[in-house]
Amino acid sequence: MPITTIETIEVKSVRIIDERGEADESLMPPFKEDDFRRFFEAIILSRTFNQRALSLQREGRIGTYASIWGQEASQIGSALAFNNDDWLFPTFRESGVFVAKGYPMWMLYRYWAGDERGMQIPPEFNLFPMSVPVGTQIPHATGAAWAMKLKGHKKVAAVYFGDGGSSKGDFYEGLNFAGVNKVPAIFICQNNQWAISMPRSRQTAAKTIAQKAAAFGFEGVQVDGNDIAAVYKVTKDAVDKARGGGGPTLIECFTYRLDDHTTADDASRYRTDEEVEAWKAKEPLVRLRLYMEKRGWWTKEYEEAYAKKAQELVDSEIKKAEGYTPPDPADIIKYTYAELTPRQMRELKEFGWQS
Amino acid sequence: MAKLNLVQAINQALAQEMEADADVIIIGEDVAKDGGVFRVTQGLLEKFGPERVIDTPLAELGIIGTAVGLAAYGMKPVAEIQFMGFIYAGIEQLFSHASRIRTRSRGRFSCPMVVRTPYGIGIKPPELHSESSEALFCQMPGIKVVIPSNPYSAKGLLISAIRDPDPVIFLEASRLYRSIKSDVPDEAYSIPLGKAAIYQEGGEITVVSWGTMLHRAAEASEDFDCEIIDLQTLRPFDEEAVINSVKKTGRLVIVHEAPRMLGFGAEVAALIAEEAFEYLKAPVVRVTAPDAVVPMARLEDHYMPSQERIKKAFEKVMQY
Repeated sequence: MPITTIETIEVKSVRIIDERGEADESLMPPFKEDDFRRFFEAIILSRTFNQRALSLQREGRIGTYASIWGQEASQIGSALAFNNDDWLFPTFRESGVFVAKGYPMWMLYRYWAGDERGMQIPPEFNLFPMSVPVGTQIPHATGAAWAMKLKGHKKVAAVYFGDGGSSKGDFYEGLNFAGVNKVPAIFICQNNQWAISMPRSRQTAAKTIAQKAAAFGFEGVQVDGNDIAAVYKVTKDAVDKARGGGGPTLIECFTYRLDDHTTADDASRYRTDEEVEAWKAKEPLVRLRLYMEKRGWWTKEYEEAYAKKAQELVDSEIKKAEGYTPPDPADIIKYTYAELTPRQMRELKEFGWQS
Repeated sequence: MAKLNLVQAINQALAQEMEADADVIIIGEDVAKDGGVFRVTQGLLEKFGPERVIDTPLAELGIIGTAVGLAAYGMKPVAEIQFMGFIYAGIEQLFSHASRIRTRSRGRFSCPMVVRTPYGIGIKPPELHSESSEALFCQMPGIKVVIPSNPYSAKGLLISAIRDPDPVIFLEASRLYRSIKSDVPDEAYSIPLGKAAIYQEGGEITVVSWGTMLHRAAEASEDFDCEIIDLQTLRPFDEEAVINSVKKTGRLVIVHEAPRMLGFGAEVAALIAEEAFEYLKAPVVRVTAPDAVVPMARLEDHYMPSQERIKKAFEKVMQY
């Protein structure tokens, strides 16, 4: 018997609510009407935030911005599965995570307008400032989760990244360390099919990103990233497992970036309108609306009333973001170290920044 | 007080800080059972157990990247990178994250970690085991860079580095690990980061050096009246100590193992040009490696600043 099969890999894909709003209730977590309203309203709110960010960029009121349109279910469904004392490590395309966790939207607008004070995370949030270099935040979640384990804290750390991020060495080393040390980390890959102009097929020859978890000795699961119920369930299962000492999970949210990569990109250069249109029919709000409508939980009036509320909320947040004193140039220097160096003290004087 | 070599002094500093603070952990390749390839962490696994002295996968990015997360959450990781030539995989983590998380979060998060790694020529190893690329790290605000020159300062500086609230790169001269001993107090003590030590007082030439080269400069100085400054911390460095000494001597020779081009000597020389130009009696002279990568063992003696080249520099500045 010289050749034997010593390992086989099985990769599951999970969907609860399909594009027509039909659900497999046997998989559905014990949600009530209020839970669905919470999901629905969080999608509307983050989408309103996102739309306004895109307009503000066009008006020159904020800088380059990365849209989340189409990925709201992946971001919100997962974010809501964590406790507030769990640590989340987002990227620059995670407005939905920030909004779902209740992060002040005016601070997000501030950050995107080029003001670091927007990432001066208030103590009640355990969110790391959004990571800009792709994939580099992955080992941080492993490290934080490792610290939680060493300290005996019953918390988890989760990190967001994209299909592009899964190509980085940081992904392999971060997940490998997590597997070896069996830390309570959740790795959430939003496979939105595009890394700027590069399709998913150019990132890996593997059939799924989820299956890469097998190489690190833990579970990987794919989930329909446009199905908020499924994303929540899969994340919650991973969180419960991690909290119980069962180690990390890799979750691949299969979704789609409906907008350009950022406001500085033009996606029509590399993908077809037909492809985008086909994905629009699958986007998260469409199916959630249908599902809720069938149960009498959604009406046009309800949506319009909440959309109006969201607009008003976002308006006031923008007002707050823009109506503030400009940052102090001394801040450029002040936070480099816990204490100023002698050179920095001289420079504060030299640059005329000493208050 | 005991006579310890550099390895023993660093080991003692680690043990004492681990005893004092339960958040201090050691991570790295072969650091636990094997005690590190230079045996710097020998015995610590037995003393503190596998939850605090942790062998990691063979991945420098992963070691430094997870240390960022460990530190941000509240641990005090002391990460060992086996040789400085292998630290480059972790540079993005150091430069894009460890060094700037305090600034990026406007003080909400910090990264109190230490990355220890042996540097420099000294043990006739394979390629990329003899790097002296300290200046790379000195260019990045948010990081501190420490290079002790003897067992006494190594212990005190490492204790300060571990207690420091910001990331510290702690470079250990592999050539000095077992070649010198000094009196090291038994109890824990700290030597402040950012402060130079006057290795030898003198009146005619200020010599600035650190690590291995400090000793070579001192040996070369016998026939000269040199004030030798052991910089100890390169970032932030003790500018005042250098300026004050040059004001006294009027001459400056900088000796380091890295190439001259943007080596740390360039910063020291520029500081003196800006701040003490009118006190100079002679041009500033740097004694460095040539503008070339570190050779393997057969040529390394030619690469390192020799006593002869250092003496020549002293003679040159004394001509003025």
